Amino acid sequence: MNRKLPLIITFLVGIIVIVSEFIPHYPFGLISSELENWFLIISGFAIILGQLSLFKVNILKIKYKKPNWPYSVITLASFIIMVGVGILWGTQDNSGLAGNGQHIVAVMGSKPFDYLFHNVYQHLQATMFSLLAFFIASAAYRAFIARTFESNLLLISAILVMLGNTSLGSFLTSWMPQTLNFLHLPKLAEFIMKYPTTAGQRAIMIGAGLGIIGSSLRIILGIERSYLGGK
Amino acid sequence: MARKTIDRRWIFLLIFVGVALPLIFVIGLPLETTENVRMVYDLVEETPSGSTVLISFDFDPASRPELYPMALALVDHCFQKDIKMIFTALWPMGVQMAEDVIDVLQEKYPEKEYGKDYVNVGFKAGGIVTVQAMAKNFRTVYPTDMNGTPISEHPILRGVKNFDNLAFLFSLSAGSPGIKEWVQIGHDAYGRPTSGGVTGVSAPSILPYVNEQQQLTGLLAGLKSAAEYEYLLENPGLGTSGMDAQSMAHLIIIIFIIIANINYWRAKKAEKGGK
Amino acid sequence: MVQFFNVLGIWIGALLTFAIFSFLYKDNPFYKTAEQIFVGLSAGYWFVYTIFFILIPNMYEPLSTNITSNWIKLIPAILGVMMLLRLIPNLEWVSRFPIALVIGTTSGVFFLRYLKSDVINQLTATIMNPFLGNTTVNTIGQILLIVGTFTGVVYFYFSKKHEGVFGATAKVGIYFLMISFGAAFGYTAMARISLLIGRLQFLFGDWLGIIEP
Repeated sequence: MNRKLPLIITFLVGIIVIVSEFIPHYPFGLISSELENWFLIISGFAIILGQLSLFKVNILKIKYKKPNWPYSVITLASFIIMVGVGILWGTQDNSGLAGNGQHIVAVMGSKPFDYLFHNVYQHLQATMFSLLAFFIASAAYRAFIARTFESNLLLISAILVMLGNTSLGSFLTSWMPQTLNFLHLPKLAEFIMKYPTTAGQRAIMIGAGLGIIGSSLRIILGIERSYLGGK
Repeated sequence: MARKTIDRRWIFLLIFVGVALPLIFVIGLPLETTENVRMVYDLVEETPSGSTVLISFDFDPASRPELYPMALALVDHCFQKDIKMIFTALWPMGVQMAEDVIDVLQEKYPEKEYGKDYVNVGFKAGGIVTVQAMAKNFRTVYPTDMNGTPISEHPILRGVKNFDNLAFLFSLSAGSPGIKEWVQIGHDAYGRPTSGGVTGVSAPSILPYVNEQQQLTGLLAGLKSAAEYEYLLENPGLGTSGMDAQSMAHLIIIIFIIIANINYWRAKKAEKGGK
Repeated sequence: MVQFFNVLGIWIGALLTFAIFSFLYKDNPFYKTAEQIFVGLSAGYWFVYTIFFILIPNMYEPLSTNITSNWIKLIPAILGVMMLLRLIPNLEWVSRFPIALVIGTTSGVFFLRYLKSDVINQLTATIMNPFLGNTTVNTIGQILLIVGTFTGVVYFYFSKKHEGVFGATAKVGIYFLMISFGAAFGYTAMARISLLIGRLQFLFGDWLGIIEP
């Protein structure tokens, strides 16, 4: 029953959602709309579950003194501080349990939650991802070697797109006559993106789309059950 | 095959210097606009004044350098055209990104009123299913705005019951959930004009939606598009100021690729000669 | 005082930026500390926003103000609590019911939307007369678009061995995919560099004040 009932729920819900697309009248349309509203609330709980799970994992790491456990203390402290100030004084114009925090805003310029977001979180995340600029340059040096015809295509396309997507590209071929306008680097990059790249990406999109449709059907019909966990 | 290798930290240093110098010493290289950016610009231009549009901030600080300049330019353009805007976010950090844009533009347009000319309805989870729910009934998904005020109290939202009441949908998207969901529901299921701005990383995979079916009406892709939009608005900003640095960094990467290939071919030649 | 906190915020931001950049030299405790602060704050942010923007307006408010007309919201509320029981090993099975509902809804929506947007509409956008283009370049482009899409899809068909005419067609598909991956790399490089530009604009503008922020 623990496994069969969820499979029946999945089947019924999936079928109702699909049927309501073709028969949007009572009762299918109403049930489908209600399911979508429930989905939003359950998604909210799923997010909370994720955060609590992170909390639990780090507590266990500290409890059993696993390698690098002191860093888990930092994770937990940051989490507790962010949640604490958020719940106490709220965010933006939302009030928290301790009110709207106007006296703190008068001192800090913004609520502690928003202050932490703008001055700590934002910089950390932005810098973390900006590291990739360095790694992609290094990867290009190591991996972009013209060994075969296919890798030549990859290389030429990458270079033309990189040049065409900057003002340098415009500058380099700005001397070209109007008759050769299609060879102007920004135009060439636009052509590559609009036609061969779109063709390749569209093939991937159609392939992936068919894959998702197949997987959805397998889940609705109960053939794919791995999402239920266990054996 | 033995190839000459460089300590990658030298590459890191060169990239750093290559990006830093043009930011300090501006060169001012020329800029050209592309068709996809012009399509977005025309979409806003052709939207009648007083119409209401929905702009979704589906990104976080990780993609801010690319999408924030686009957001600034787009919202500025909508304010100029007297278009009313509903801001939402499928990513929680998107709410703060929208607030940052509003904070900057409030100084430029002090006459624009919250609740009348624009409103921020905040973050909603659930991706595509939630977008579908708001397409059918906007009020069940958004009973209040981001500050907890019932949406019936805002004049801008009084006539908005579903997507039929919106002139167009626009997603500033850094991944999933994002522009794909807005295309699939907004345009393909409910027939609303949909457009967006995406990061360079996701641009190629979203481009097939810019087609004869007009699943997407134009697309802003990466910082260059933001610069192009600023150019069309005749209002250079963050996008334009980053273009010289972008050019220089690309040039450095290309030079490194060329050096790597020369090394490869030399090593290959030496190997052949040794046999 | 507000001014002090503004300046302090910029300095904290700059120091944390350097802590993360220090990873470029090698992994170190400053980087690891900054990384864990990021993880903790991120989780906290999601937690607070979910409560303020979803659970309060969409669940708590309707139930607390008028439960008789909103009683139906009790169902997702109970299902949500059942989802949280996943954290308790003995009661983990209870979470299968809300998961089943979520997966069922998502599968139904995905089935419909991907079929229309990513398959039917893409095929419709590809099946066109390439000679309607107003310039030679456009016509060539449209032909490339049709050939590239068709051969690319053929490449992804793995139920038949890639040999003979079928293999040759798939090979052409690979060429288009390679051009596409090259362009994707170009765009990725552009995106990553933009992120670095954003960081340096902060350091040189907001922090050092040598460029206009």
